[in-house]
Amino acid sequence: MASVLEIKELHVEIDGKEILKGVNLTIKQGEIHAVMGPNGTGKSTLAQAIMGHPRYEVTQGEVYLDGEDVLEMEVDERAQAGLFLGMQYPSEISGVTNSDFLRSSINAQREEGDEINLMQFIKQLDKSMEELEMDTDMSTRYLNEGFSGGEKKRNEILQLMMLEPAFGILDEIDSGLDIDALKVVAKGINHLRGDDFGALIITHYQRLLNYITPDNVHVMMQGRIVKSGDKELAERLEAEGYDWIKEELGIEDETIGAE
Amino acid sequence: MATDLNEFVINRDEIISAAKARGESDLMIRKKEAALDKIDSLEMPKPDKTKITRWDFFSVSNPVTEGTIYDSLDDLPDSVQELLDREQTRNIYVQHNNTPAFLRVSEELKDKGVIIESIAEASENHPELVEKYFMTEGVKMDEHKLTAYHAAMLNGGIFVYVPKNVKIEDPVQMVLLHDDEKASLFNHVLIVADEGSELTYVENYLSSVEESSEQINIISEVIAKDNAKVTYGAVDFLAEGFTGYVSHRGVAGRDATVDWALGLMNDSNAIYDNTTYLMGDNSSSNLKTVVVGRGSQTQNFTTEIVQYGQDTVGHILKHGVMRDAATGIFNGIGHIKDGGTRSDAQQESRVLMLSEKARGDANPILLIDEDDVTAGHAASVGRVDPIQMFYLMSRGISRKEAERLVIHGFLAPVVKALPVESVKNQLRDIIELKVLAK
Ligand SMILES: Nc1ncnc2c1ncn2[C@@H]1O[C@H](COP(=O)(O)OP(=O)(O)OP(=O)(O)O)[C@@H](O)[C@H]1O
Ligand SMILES: [Mg+2]
Repeated sequence: MASVLEIKELHVEIDGKEILKGVNLTIKQGEIHAVMGPNGTGKSTLAQAIMGHPRYEVTQGEVYLDGEDVLEMEVDERAQAGLFLGMQYPSEISGVTNSDFLRSSINAQREEGDEINLMQFIKQLDKSMEELEMDTDMSTRYLNEGFSGGEKKRNEILQLMMLEPAFGILDEIDSGLDIDALKVVAKGINHLRGDDFGALIITHYQRLLNYITPDNVHVMMQGRIVKSGDKELAERLEAEGYDWIKEELGIEDETIGAE
Repeated sequence: MATDLNEFVINRDEIISAAKARGESDLMIRKKEAALDKIDSLEMPKPDKTKITRWDFFSVSNPVTEGTIYDSLDDLPDSVQELLDREQTRNIYVQHNNTPAFLRVSEELKDKGVIIESIAEASENHPELVEKYFMTEGVKMDEHKLTAYHAAMLNGGIFVYVPKNVKIEDPVQMVLLHDDEKASLFNHVLIVADEGSELTYVENYLSSVEESSEQINIISEVIAKDNAKVTYGAVDFLAEGFTGYVSHRGVAGRDATVDWALGLMNDSNAIYDNTTYLMGDNSSSNLKTVVVGRGSQTQNFTTEIVQYGQDTVGHILKHGVMRDAATGIFNGIGHIKDGGTRSDAQQESRVLMLSEKARGDANPILLIDEDDVTAGHAASVGRVDPIQMFYLMSRGISRKEAERLVIHGFLAPVVKALPVESVKNQLRDIIELKVLAK
């Protein structure tokens, strides 16, 4: 049975300031949802709050994964339950190699005593890195340390491919990528596309969506989803910008706290 | 009446007659007499930011304890065997408490004139060499009360001499096994690398008893003559309860290099001094230290490179983790003397605190008496970054495992610099033990 991620009336604060003001969204496995919207309207906040970032405080609302209360879970438990967040700004961790990190991540999903066989791990890693056209020395380098913007994004997708989560939340995974890299990353995501993968893709550009056709497109403003549609909505945004939506909804300033 | 613990009474005649009774060499007895003549007039050292006036540096149950002598490597206790890389350890000295317990030096090195002997034996067999370098250039006998005390009480150690242009490929290893609660370690390591020679030396001080209330007073001196290169690695893991004074000093001649990678994991209160004097032009020193403090121990790590020559390079890197109620003071001093033109002094101290009660302090100091130099420092005292933890945990890694990864990663730059694989692994194991044990 397909898994479902449900976000209900989600309100989130950072440092006492309310950023999300009631987000509702349901994603089923097999579906790809795109979230678009001007800068500073709460897109990353939504992604971070779902994953449990320590600085984001949920003040109201619920998140369920197949009926399980996600907000009650520790961050690692959310990952083990099947959530993955590809971050807009991945952390750099010195002294921990990319491959040690990946292996720990994979083993964290497995039972003790059933750790992934080293050869099998290396084979899988090599294959995924080849698919993402990553230099092989990236696996022995320290986690994201000194990686270029584009390399970090590829590395997020590498983790996504290795961990094969039920749901991937990808926050501006296309920013900082050159055109060829964009295709490569899209290929990686499409590779996972299927009945047992759902995604929430946050992006500013139609271009990524040319390669990964979304089933649903949502627009965020003022910490809420203000409009939803299909892929044509994204195309219209690319062509015309956000003004027509603001006009339609009577929004003058789309940023948070402006209403 | 307040008793000042440092006002101790030392019985000169008793110490000397006991040394004679044990058959110590004339040289050692002369050194002890000289130290005892001076000791009362000397001050205690004053490590910056650590008050040691109430520390008991002078309680000693037995000036010398009797250990076991081993006939072969296979007879050594398992705890020692684990430290040996069988492929590489062809030159090894083992000391059991205060007793020289095992020595093996390859024939090849003996033929080349390399000397590796216990300090007692060397002071008998090579008195001129030992006398020339013992507490003269590295640590002066009369530097302060604890250095004189060291000389007066000396009860173990090793002497290594590498003749001109001899390059030793396999490391020379010293293992000191401490398993007698009543043993005090007044241990001296004296390494002399003659012109153009090369040596890698690794030491392990290891306790297999939980606690001791005796003394650690250890001095290591490395003399690298012109164009010589010495790499010094250490993993020291002695029991809690000791009072410690540990000094690692290097002196580098022209074009010489003295590099240190020290894993200072002792569980007792201690003051550490790691200093290199870059005397010759174009000499260099890389000084790396890694420490983990736990329990309620207080430690002071004062690290200094004094640069006299032109075009010298002195780099200090210290990484420390403090947990429980441990205190760690990290003083770093880069000192370029007048005349040290075009020299470079850099230092970095990073302290990671794992608990509310732990204390860490990093104090970088640059003393520059010359215009045309480059110098810099970086220091930080912080906690495990919650955003890094979030990143790791967002991949399913547990909090404990994430913290473990961050800590090992944090200490990796120094661990990596240790010269012998088996010793590197030992250090990783000790870090694991000290960081994760409840
Ligand atoms: N610590 C903070 N205190 C106050 N406001 C904050 C804090 N952190 C973030 N914000 C604000 O929250 C709002 C939403 O930020 P968020 O990162 O979710 O935006 P976004 O939609 O992802 O934008 P972008 O497209 O630029 O990535 C922004 O206005 C931001 O300035
Ligand atoms: Mg964002």
